[in-house]
Amino acid sequence: MPKPGKFYQRDREWHPPALTRDYKTSVTRAPQYSPISLENSASELTGPVFGQNDIDPIDNDLIRNYAQPGEMPIGERIIVHGKVLDENARPVPNTLVEVWQANAGGRYRHKKDTYIAPIDPNFGGCGRTMTDDDGYYYFRTVKPGAYPWRNWINSWRPGHIHISVFGTGFAQRLITQLYFEGDPLIAKCPIVNTIPDPRAIEQLTARLDLNASIPLDTIAYKFDIVLRGRRSTLFENRLEGN
Amino acid sequence: MPQELDYLKETPSQTAGPYVHIGLAPGAAGFDIYRQELGHDIAGPNAAGDRIRVEGIVIDGTGSPVKDVLLEVWQANAAGIYAHPEHPGEVEDGFRGWGRVITDFETGEWAFETIKPGPVMGRDGRMMAPHINLWIVARGINLGLNTRLYFEDEADANARDPVMNLIEWERRRKTLIATRSDSGGQQVYRFDIRLQGEDETVFFDI
Ligand SMILES: [Fe+3]
Repeated sequence: MPKPGKFYQRDREWHPPALTRDYKTSVTRAPQYSPISLENSASELTGPVFGQNDIDPIDNDLIRNYAQPGEMPIGERIIVHGKVLDENARPVPNTLVEVWQANAGGRYRHKKDTYIAPIDPNFGGCGRTMTDDDGYYYFRTVKPGAYPWRNWINSWRPGHIHISVFGTGFAQRLITQLYFEGDPLIAKCPIVNTIPDPRAIEQLTARLDLNASIPLDTIAYKFDIVLRGRRSTLFENRLEGN
Repeated sequence: MPQELDYLKETPSQTAGPYVHIGLAPGAAGFDIYRQELGHDIAGPNAAGDRIRVEGIVIDGTGSPVKDVLLEVWQANAAGIYAHPEHPGEVEDGFRGWGRVITDFETGEWAFETIKPGPVMGRDGRMMAPHINLWIVARGINLGLNTRLYFEDEADANARDPVMNLIEWERRRKTLIATRSDSGGQQVYRFDIRLQGEDETVFFDI
C-alpha cells in the first residue's frame, strides 16, 4: 500500500470565488489579492484528531438533544445520512461532522437572530457525530424552514443545514450547506449562486431517500460529502516532514 | 471508447453564515447543549513551553471590525510536533494543538491562550519558523481563509522560513508577523487580520 501523500490541489473553479457581488456581504470581506499557493508541509497534512469521548451518543439526534423530557420539536422529522469520502472515493473514517440549522419555522436559536418566527423550546439546532469505520454518518432532526435575510429586500434562504467536516489534515477542512431536493428557493438564492457550476450545486442538494426512511415515522435524505483526495506517494521517498 | 477518470469532486464550500456559533460554539450563540464544547483548550495543562496569549481583530474592506468571525487554530507543540498520527514524535498528554476562537460580538476583538509552538520541519528538510495556522470563516467568506501567524521575536527564523520566502513582495510578509507586547508578566502577541486594502493579510491556498 503506497504511503498517502499530499492533498490534490483544490479546484477553485468548483468552489465559489471570494468575491460574489450578488451575495453582498462578500464584497467587503473578499481578499483582493490572490492566495499564495503552498505545497503541503506537515502543517497542512496534519489536523486535529477527535474521538468518541469528545462527544456523546445523543449529540447526533437533534430531535432529542435539546428537548425537554417527554417533549419533541415541531416539524417534519427527517434523517440525514451519507458517507464522507475523499476524491478517490475512499471513505474518511472517524472524522468529526458538525451541523447547525434553523428550526422548522426558519428561526435560529442565536442571540443575533431576530426573525419573527418563534424559537422552538425543544429545539437547539445543532448536532455532531463521528463517521464510522466506513465513513458513514447520520443525524436525526426536523426539516429546517426557509428564512428571510437582508441581501436584496426580498431574499429568502432555501431550507438548509450547515455542515462542518474535518478530514485528516487541516487542508481538508470544509464548511458547506446542505439543500433539499425540490426546493424552489435553491435556484433563487444568492448564496447558493455563489457557486458557478450547476453540477456543484447539485452536489449540495440532498436526495430524498425513501429506502432509508422509517415508514410512518421519519423521512430520509441522503447526502454524501467529498473531501480532498490524497496522492499516493508511488515515486516519492523523500521525507518531507509528513 | 476513451478511458474515464473516476475521481469525485470535492464538495463545494458555502459560507459559514452569521450563526456559525450555533454549530461550533453554542455557548456563544446563547445556549448550553453539549457536555463539552470542543476547542476551548488548545495546549492542555501538561504542555511544555512558554504560555502565551494571542489577540487581534479581523478588519473588513471598510476598515470595520468583523464581529461574527470564527477562527480555528492549528499548531505544533514547543518541540515542533503536531498531535497527529502521521507526524513522528510525541506530544504531551492532553495537547491537541487545535482550538476555536470567537470574537466579542460588540468589538470584534478575539483572543486565545496557548503555548508558543516550536519550529517545525518543513518540506525538503527545510525548517519552518514557529507559526500558528489559522482558518477563518464568517458570513461573506465563501471559502474559509488560511493564513499563518509568525512571531516578531523570531526574526532570524522568520527570515529563513521557506513559506515566508515564497511571498514575492517583501512588504507583504510583515502582515503575517504578530507583534509582541507583554503585559502583567504575560507574553502577549497581537495579530490583526486585514481582509482587504493596504496591508491585506497574506492568505494561502493550501
Ligand atoms: Fe443558515
